[in-house]
This record gives sequence, structure tokens and C-alpha cells, in this order.
Amino acid sequence: MSDTTETTESGPVLSADGTPLKRSLRRALRAQKMRALALIAPLLIFVLVTFIAPIADMLFRSVENQIVSNTLPRTVVALQDWDADSGELPSPEVYEALYDDMFLAAEAKEHTRLGTRLNYEQTGISSLFRSTGRGVDDIGEDHVDALEDLDEAWEDEAFWYTLMTGGEGAEPNTALLEEQRRRLADLTSDSFAGEIGFVPGQAISELLPQTARAYTAFALFTVIADEDVVAEEEPWEAVKVALIQDLKAGADVAGYDGPGAAELVAAQQMVADLPPIDFKAAFLAEDEDWGAIENWKTIQVYSPEFTSGYFLNAVDMQKGPDGPEARPENQQIYIMLFQRTLFMSLVIMGSCILLGYPIAYLLSNLPVRTANLLMILVLLPFWTSLLVRTSAWKVMLQQQGVINDTLVWLGIVDDASRLVMINNQFGTIVAMTHILLPFMILPMYSVMSTIPPSYVRAARSLGATNWTAFWRVYFPQSVPGIGAGSILVFILAIGYYITPEIVGGTTGTFISNRIAYHISSSLNWGLAAALGSILLAAVLILYWAYDKIVGIDNVKLG
Amino acid sequence: MKLTKTLMATTALTVAGVSVQAQDMADSMTLVSWGGAYQKSQVNAYAAPYQAMHEGLEIVWDESSAEAVAKLRAMDEAGNVTWDVVDVVAADALRLCDEGLAMEIDPDEHLAPAPDGTSAEDDFGDLLVGDCFIPQIVYSTTFGYRTDMVPDGVEPPNDICDVFDLETYPGKRSLEKRPINNMEWALLCDGVAKDEVYDVLATEEGQQQALDKLDTIKDDVIWWSAGADTPQLLADGEVFMGSTYNGRLFSVIEEQDQPVAMMWDAQVFDLDGWIIPANLPEDRLARALDFIYFATDTQRLADQAKWISYGPARKSSAPLVGQHADLGIDMAPHMPTDPENAKNTFLYNYEFWADYRDDIDAKFQAWLAQ
Amino acid sequence: MIQPKPVSFVAPVVGAAGAFAGLLVGTAQGVPLLGVVAGAALTAALAFLWLEVFRKERIARWITFLGFGVAGFAIGGLMGGVIGLAFGWLFGWFIFWLGEGRYRAKLPPYTTPLQVFYHFLFRVICGLIFFFLITPIVVVMPLSFNAEDFFTFTPEMLRLDPAGYSLKHYRDFFTNDDWQQAMWNSISIAPVATLLSVSFGTLAAIGLSSEHVPFRRPIMAILISPMIVPLIISAAGMYFFYSRLGLQGTYWGVVLAHAALGIPFVIITVTATLVGFDRSLTRAAANMGANPVTTFFRVQMPLILPGVISGGLFAFITSFDEVVVVLFVGSAGQKTLPWQMFTGLREQISPTILAVATILVTISILLLTTVELLRRRSERLRGMSPG
Repeated sequence: MSDTTETTESGPVLSADGTPLKRSLRRALRAQKMRALALIAPLLIFVLVTFIAPIADMLFRSVENQIVSNTLPRTVVALQDWDADSGELPSPEVYEALYDDMFLAAEAKEHTRLGTRLNYEQTGISSLFRSTGRGVDDIGEDHVDALEDLDEAWEDEAFWYTLMTGGEGAEPNTALLEEQRRRLADLTSDSFAGEIGFVPGQAISELLPQTARAYTAFALFTVIADEDVVAEEEPWEAVKVALIQDLKAGADVAGYDGPGAAELVAAQQMVADLPPIDFKAAFLAEDEDWGAIENWKTIQVYSPEFTSGYFLNAVDMQKGPDGPEARPENQQIYIMLFQRTLFMSLVIMGSCILLGYPIAYLLSNLPVRTANLLMILVLLPFWTSLLVRTSAWKVMLQQQGVINDTLVWLGIVDDASRLVMINNQFGTIVAMTHILLPFMILPMYSVMSTIPPSYVRAARSLGATNWTAFWRVYFPQSVPGIGAGSILVFILAIGYYITPEIVGGTTGTFISNRIAYHISSSLNWGLAAALGSILLAAVLILYWAYDKIVGIDNVKLG
Repeated sequence: MKLTKTLMATTALTVAGVSVQAQDMADSMTLVSWGGAYQKSQVNAYAAPYQAMHEGLEIVWDESSAEAVAKLRAMDEAGNVTWDVVDVVAADALRLCDEGLAMEIDPDEHLAPAPDGTSAEDDFGDLLVGDCFIPQIVYSTTFGYRTDMVPDGVEPPNDICDVFDLETYPGKRSLEKRPINNMEWALLCDGVAKDEVYDVLATEEGQQQALDKLDTIKDDVIWWSAGADTPQLLADGEVFMGSTYNGRLFSVIEEQDQPVAMMWDAQVFDLDGWIIPANLPEDRLARALDFIYFATDTQRLADQAKWISYGPARKSSAPLVGQHADLGIDMAPHMPTDPENAKNTFLYNYEFWADYRDDIDAKFQAWLAQ
Repeated sequence: MIQPKPVSFVAPVVGAAGAFAGLLVGTAQGVPLLGVVAGAALTAALAFLWLEVFRKERIARWITFLGFGVAGFAIGGLMGGVIGLAFGWLFGWFIFWLGEGRYRAKLPPYTTPLQVFYHFLFRVICGLIFFFLITPIVVVMPLSFNAEDFFTFTPEMLRLDPAGYSLKHYRDFFTNDDWQQAMWNSISIAPVATLLSVSFGTLAAIGLSSEHVPFRRPIMAILISPMIVPLIISAAGMYFFYSRLGLQGTYWGVVLAHAALGIPFVIITVTATLVGFDRSLTRAAANMGANPVTTFFRVQMPLILPGVISGGLFAFITSFDEVVVVLFVGSAGQKTLPWQMFTGLREQISPTILAVATILVTISILLLTTVELLRRRSERLRGMSPG
């Protein structure tokens, strides 16, 4: 309409206030759009925050894998150059980095969490990390003892504090402090923000980089996690070990004139006579599994921040050295569970169609008042607690249950050979068909009640038999109802959890049961998220199809 | 900081048994337990007398012990722990302790000594597994069977291997839907010596051997996942025999009067007890410690046995175990630790399962689903 | 075309039904063949007697009813008596329904006998499906009066022995603190969640139904998604996310989660009502000087109210019956009825949950009747509105 106004020769049509009608209409339209959006916005934001964000957040866990690089940051870097196929253990530097990482992780009690994470991939890592965490502060014990025997100052917390700050007015190294703050924040997922009353000195952190690093981490942890004062606490063994390593590495102590210079020179001389700390041997003594190439391979393979490992696991595969490979046959379960979930959902959908169609047909062909009364019979189960309906099926189906009792009483079934109808697929199918049947009947009914009866009558009066009239005239018109109900039932069935859990036994459970298991029992949240993502993707495809076929706003509920 | 110190000092005083002002302790407390008869016994033996001593204290019970590790981990991630004292099995306590989610306990500082002066550490003895766990009871997973379903002319089952003997004892069995315990029993009945079970189970072949043994009865097994399942199945006559916690069976046999009997052979001992979540605010921590000090003393642990047939974790409590509160029967013969019952027991290996849980569970579930 | 049918048609049909009934009774007594013959003979004879000899319907049906009852009692005690009464009533009605030809009352006069047969066959099939729908719910009701603590029909119950029944599970529900607390939690959570979903949902549905909404389909898809996403995924996601926000284990956490789950139902029902809404009414109101708020409350709201209420009821039931999400998002302080029932099923064996269920089913029936009455009212209103 606006197009035609523009092409009229007498110029644009004007509205009452003199603006061109086209513009005025457009403005009105925009105002209308804005008003509609303003009405929708609160709910949209509400759903995005309370529902969509949590789901997105959870699905993100399926690829998230920062825990390895956060807990073992130096080890992961040092391990990059190691060739897993060489058949040799990683270099001593890797073990030294492992000591540094492991000590802090054990103090923060994060090492077992990583152990649990890696145990999903390689059995035994859990206890390897746990036992190492207990013994890690004994590594380098002899060297530390020697250091402390040399001079009591090395056991004096105030001396250490002065040494590491570089004394009054020394140039501070805030960069190192912030770096360690980040390291701890990554490790523990606390922010570690706040004033700690300590900043490492610039000079000392150039002279003894490892020591300064270790002491700063210690200082942060002491103040923020333990709520103590840095200057009043003796540093960890790891700090002293780092000092020994720094001195061994040939720190230029002679050219240093800050506080504690004399003690450092003496210590360097003493250390020079000691053999180097053998971290590798120490770890192997702690637990011989540190000599297993498999364990190192696992750490290396799972060191990136994001992993496809959970998704591979969710389709019965695993990360091998040469890319994805199938899991051993006796551990394959998820593909089968997905297939079973699909198959059983299809069967449930089919039986819902078979049972729902006659009811919907009956209801739509009865007088409205009768139909509405019968509708209550359909809605009653729909409104009864899911748990009650499920337990009712348990009471009905079990071997000493109502159905078997009735059959035995009637003499149809022998008492000794009662039917097994529960804790298998049959039980799940029956119970879920019952539970989902209303979701099939309602959309079917709303479609069928719009089909005019005159078509069928016309067909009959033209000589069609009952069957032809139904099959050729009525049925095609009711197909949208079947489609709507089917997809609804299928989508709901595929994600069911409580009912299969109670009546499904081992062969009648769904993928959702495994997801729930991984969330609450095995705590493998990444795998649960990966399984959930796959399930959700399947549902969303169906949802999209539903929207295409029926239109999402054509669903009617009673 | 000063305030913190003061409060810490107060905490120390509290645990030393010195009376403190009520306002230093939170006036509400959330206890997490398992629900059912077990929780009821805790209410009767611990919570009710404690509340009687502290007027105005509100105790909220949360029946989430089954999901305790998952929920505590999520609460910790969020930095918002709402629980004060949590009842968990020893394996979960170890896991929570490992992850830094549970507070470390010093038995001699935080727990009451025995009436004769024995320190708490010695009184609990070996049962203090890990650094965070405060043991409460010893329970066992064992079998119950329907007495009216024992075939004529056959001895009632009294050997764990009768579970695997379908010819002599036909009928359904109920077993827990997880590998723990089932794998061990299967190996025991497949000729593996008791002290070699875990060595065998650590190998691929050993795991397969256990699954093969379970395979022989697989068609006759109903798998349970909730504690109430086996008692219900036995009461319904759905199964001939089934594994469950001994306290559940006691309730079916003595309280509900069902035709069921116990089979104690190869019962697997396990522990259940309290942990306190790490990093609680001072006032709640003070309350939690005060409660723990009270609730795990000798008399209280012995009292719990009046309501449920689990053995108290303290040695000093054993002689004090009396009669059932309602039925008036002697409880001692119903304890899993009673010498008559504990002729052949099996010890659960926490370390082993911490390592092998994921791996064996994947195989077990794959086997189940076949 | 109601006219009496010849006994030569009625007696065999009734006899066939009787044979089936006799088969059931006979097998139960261990003499199936005798049952068939006796059943067929007895009922056919009755049909002949009532239709040809003593055609006084009221008296005849009473005699059949009581006679069967007495016979049943003689064979199978109290339970047998009840079953006998049921059979007696059924056959009394069946004989006269066939004999008087009442079964054709609602059928077009030109239907052939075969069509009549199919018609009733179809009705019987539908009846069986309704039976399938209702039985599980009906079966648990008597179990809630069980005197024992298990979900089993005891022999006393089957004998209708009063000793087998008790109200103790109802007493438990009304006196046990856990159950009462759970009920109050449910009652305090569900209405607030419903209120949230209804108020946001109705506004959004009105927005969505206006003619020019950009991105209508994607918006609709997002709003409906809580109904579509598998519950376990929603529950887990909310659990982690709400933990981070400090909402996990709080009253508002559960309310928000339940409100989100209820929204699709409100959107669906309200948009459906708005499809039939005559837009010229709001224009007329605006024309006459009403501002949008007045228009909404005085014109639009009363007409779409039935849709809003029925959407609200769906949202209410969603929250009231929801267990998976509350298990994850809630904590002890928010333990709702379904949660308590779930623990009841897992941790302690108690038919108290069946007593609760029976109470809830009764409430459901009341609610459903309310909806039905509201619908009738709305249809009346719709009928009067112009257009």
C-alpha cells in the first residue's frame, strides 16, 4: 500500500498531521513492534537467566579441562617436548617441575581432585596422586636438613621474610606477586585478592628466581588461605628446596649485598658439596607408578585447556596416542544406551499413537459435554504425581503384583511361572506409555475436533465404505495431530529419568539414568555434560522439526 | 583479625568442654543424614537430647547423604556451604577429606574421652580412617532370605556361595547395582582366597572372572539402588534372598515381623560417621564441634543402638548397648560385630575402590546393560 | 429407532457374555469348562425369563442384582459377594439394554447391524484404554489404607477383612513433621512460582500475539524450551549455575527454577486463547478513551482469563509435582512433597506416600472440575462476545 502512494503523481499522501503517510505508518509500526518487544522482554530475560544460561554453563563443562594445566602448570609446559612413543620416561626437569607443582597443590589440597579427574582416563592415578601428596614434603629432606644444620637462620621465619623482601625500601617485584596470585587463583578457584603484607624484592627475585617464586606462593597461601602472618611462619620445605636448586644452578650470590648475603654465600658453598637432588628417584621411591609411561602419557594427552576427551568417551572412544580410538569392548556402553533410548522412545511413541488415536477420535466425535467429562479421565493421570503413577505400576507389574495375582487367580497363569513384567524394557514401556499418553491425546484431540464431520458423511453418501471413508478422508486430515503428539511424546520420552530408574531394572534404563549417575555418584561431571550435550542436540533437532512441521505455537494442552 | 582470634579461642574453649555463652554459637544447624529409620535413631539418640540441653536451637535435617560428595563439591565451588554436620560413609569421608572439602579432626581435641579416661583416639582405634572422619557406627552389607521360600528338605542358606547356587536355592536374588561387594563375593565363591581378592580384582582377568561368576546368576537378579528396595522385595516375596544393610533386615524381621532371616556369612563391614565441612564460619563451626563432642561420646553412641541394630564405633560403648526402645529385645545379638555373627567377615578396601571405581564400574555397567 | 428385539437375538448374545463371565469364575474355581456352560446357560435363561415371562424391568433387575450377589457370597465369601453384585447389575442392565433395543437410541436409523457391532466394538476398545489409564491410579488408593508398611495387597485386604485396613498412613501424614513441613514447603513454593510464570508469561503472550513481532519464532522457541529440554539436563545446569549465584539451596532458587519450568504452559495456553481474541475490542476501548492499562484489565483480561487460569494451573502442577529439579536445586529447607515422596520410596518403606497420593488425586479431581466449569463459563462468554 505504501509503495503505491509513492508512485502516485500528486506526490506522497499525507497523514492528518502533515507527515507523509508512509513515514507515519512506519513509525506506528515501529512503535507497535517496540511495545510488543517490551512486553516480551521481561520474560525473555527471565528465561535466559534462569534457564538458558545454566544449561549453557553446564554444557561448557563437557570440553573444559583447565584443571590439569591449573594444577600442574610447570609440569605441563615441561612435558610438551617429551615424546611418549620414545619408550623413555620424561627428563629430570619434568620431575622437578612436578615437585614444584605438586607441593603447592598438596598444600591447597587440590592434587587429589586432579587425581580423580585423571583417574577417569587411567586407573590408578587417583591413589598415585593421593599417596604422593602425603609424601611430597619429604622430598629433598636431607638437603633441607643439611641447610638447616648449617645455619639456624634457615629455620627463622623473620630472617626469611627479610631475605625475600630485600629489606626496607628495596625495589618491589609486584609482577611476580601478581603472577603467583594468578597461579593460586587458577589452582584453587578462589580469587586470592587482598593485601598480604609481603612483596618480593626485585633484586632477590632476579638472583634466586625459583626461591622467590616459591616463597611468594607460600606467602599468599599463608595470609589468604590460612589467615596467618607471613613474617611469623616458617616457609615450606618447597621454598628451601627451591633455594638449594637456585644455589646449585650457580646463582651469583657473591655479587649480592642485600640482607642475608653472608648466609647465602655460606649456603652455596655447602650446597656445592652435596649431590644434586634427584627428584626422579624421589618420586619413584614415593610411588613406583611415577615410572609408568602410561601415567605420563595420560597427563600429556589431557594437558590442553580444552579436551574432546569427554565427548569421545560419550561415544565409546578414547584418546590414544594416534588420535581417537575405540574403547575396549567390555567398556562400551554409551552408544548402546543411546540406541536403546531411541528405540524405546520410538516404541513408546508408537504405542501412544495406537492407544491415543481411538481415544482422541472418540472424544472429538462425542457431544462436547460428554467429551469434557471423559477428558477428565485423560487428564487425571496427567495431574497425578509422576512418582505415584510409577510406584503404582510397580505394584501392578511385579511378580507378586496385581496383574500376576489376577492372572493366577483366574488360572490363566500358573503360580510357579508368574510373568516377569518389571525391571525390564517391558516395564519401562508400559509405565511410560501410560505416563505420556495424555501428551499424545491432547494435541490429537485439538486437531481432530476441527475436522468437519461433513466430509466423511459426503464420502459415505458417495458410496465409500466405512473403512475407505475413514482411511481416505478422515485419517489424512488427522495426520497433523499425530505428528504433533508423536514429536511431543518422543521428545519427552527421550529425556526421562525417574520412571526408568524405578521400573527399568538393567535393560530398561535410559541414557538419562547414566547422566544422573555421573552427576551424583561418580562425579564425572564432564562426561555427564558431554552425554547431556549429545542428548540435547538430538532433542533440539526434533524440536526444530516439530517447529517446521506443526509450528511451536500450535501445541494445545486441553 | 582480632575478632577472628577471639572466636577461635572461644572455639577452643568450647571443645575443651568449658561452658560458653550461647550467642557465640549459631542457633540453627543443618544436619545431613540418610533419612528413614537410621535418621530417626540419630534424632532420638543425639539431636533430641542435644536440643533439650540447648533451648532455642533449631535443627534442620537434610536427607542428602547419598549425594553428599556431589553437593558439597558444588557448594564449595560456589563458596556457599549450607551444611554444618554431614553423615557419610567412610569412603565418601576419605574422598571429601582428600578434596579439602571436609575439616580435619583431631580426635583428642575435638572428641570426648571414654568415661574411664581412655583417649578418644584409642577408644575409636582403627576405625578413625582418614583425617576428617568421625566414626559413628559399624554396619554391614549382608544377605537376608525368605524363610518360607527355602525348598523342602534343604538347609536354609548359611554360606555366601549359596547366593550363587541356583540349583539348591532357586529363586530371585537382589543385589546392589554397583560393582562394590558383588565383585568380591563373586571371586570368593569362585575359589579365590579371602586375602587375595583385591589382588585378583586388580587384574583384567580377575575382573572378568568376577563378572563371569556373576553372569551365572544374572538372569535371576533384581538390581537395587536404594536402601529400601531389598526389604520391600523380600516383604513382597519378589526375591528369595537379597543383600542390604543389616539394620534394614533387622527392621524387616523384628519390627515388621516378616518371614525373613539373616545370613551373616561374608558380611562386608563398613563405617558410617560424621564430617564437618571445611571453612565454616566461626559461629557455625563452634556449634558443629559442640554437637559432635556431645553426639559421639560413649553413652550417646550406645544409645543409638536402642533404635537401630548398628554397632557403636567406640569400644567403650559396646558394654552399654541395651535393649530395643520399643520392642524390648536385647540388641547385642543383632549387632554385626557380635562374635556369633562375625565368624566370617570381609573387610572393604577403601584404597582399592578409590582407584578402581571408575574403571570397574564402566565394565560392570557395560556388562549389566548387555 | 428404539424397538424391542426378539429374544432369539438377545438370549444368545447375553449367553455369550455369560459364557465369558462363567469362564472367569470357573477358572478361579478350577472348573473352567463347567463355568462356561453354566454361565452361558444361566444368563441365556435369565434373558428368556425376564423378556418373555416376567417383563417388569425394575423388579427383574433388582432380583438379578441381589441374586448374583448372594450366589457370589456363597461361592467366594465377601469378595465374591461384591463381584457377584457387580455381575448381577451388569447382566440385569445388559438384558434390558439389548432387549428393549436401547442400544440403537443414539445411532442413525440407517446403520446396518454390522456397523452397530463395529460401533460398540470401538466403544469397548476405548473403554479398555480408559481402563488402562485409570487402573493404576485406582489401584493405589486401597493400598493407602493398608494396615501393613508395605506396598502389597495382604490376604486380609483381599478378604475385605477390616483388620487389614487402617487409617494409620493418613494419621502419619497429618502428624509427621517431615510430611507437614514438606506440604507447607510445597504450598509456599508452588503459588509463588506460578504467580511469576503467569504474570511474566501473560505479558509475553500478549506481546507475542501482536501482529508485528520481530524474531517471533526464535523467541517462541526459547520460551518453550524449558518444556523440551530433558529435565535431568535442566536440573544439572541449574544446580551448578545457581550454586555459583548462591541461589542453590534457597527458597528463591527453587521458586525461580520452577517458574522457568512453568512458563511454557502459560505461554501455550494464553497464546491459544489470544488466537480467538477479537482485536477490535481493544481498539474500540481505545477509541472510547480508555488507556492501555484500563483496556488490559477491563477488556482483555476478563476474556483471556480462562486461558490464564488454565495455564496457571498447569504451571502450578508442574511445580507441585516436580521432583528432579528440586532434588538438585533445593536443600533441606525446601523439601517439597514430591521430594519427601521420593525419599519415601528410596529410604523408608511407607504407604504414607500412597495416602498422600490419594489426597492429591482427590484435589486433582476438584481442580479438574474447576477447570471444566471455567471452560464452560468461558464458552458462554465467548458466545456472547461479538465476532
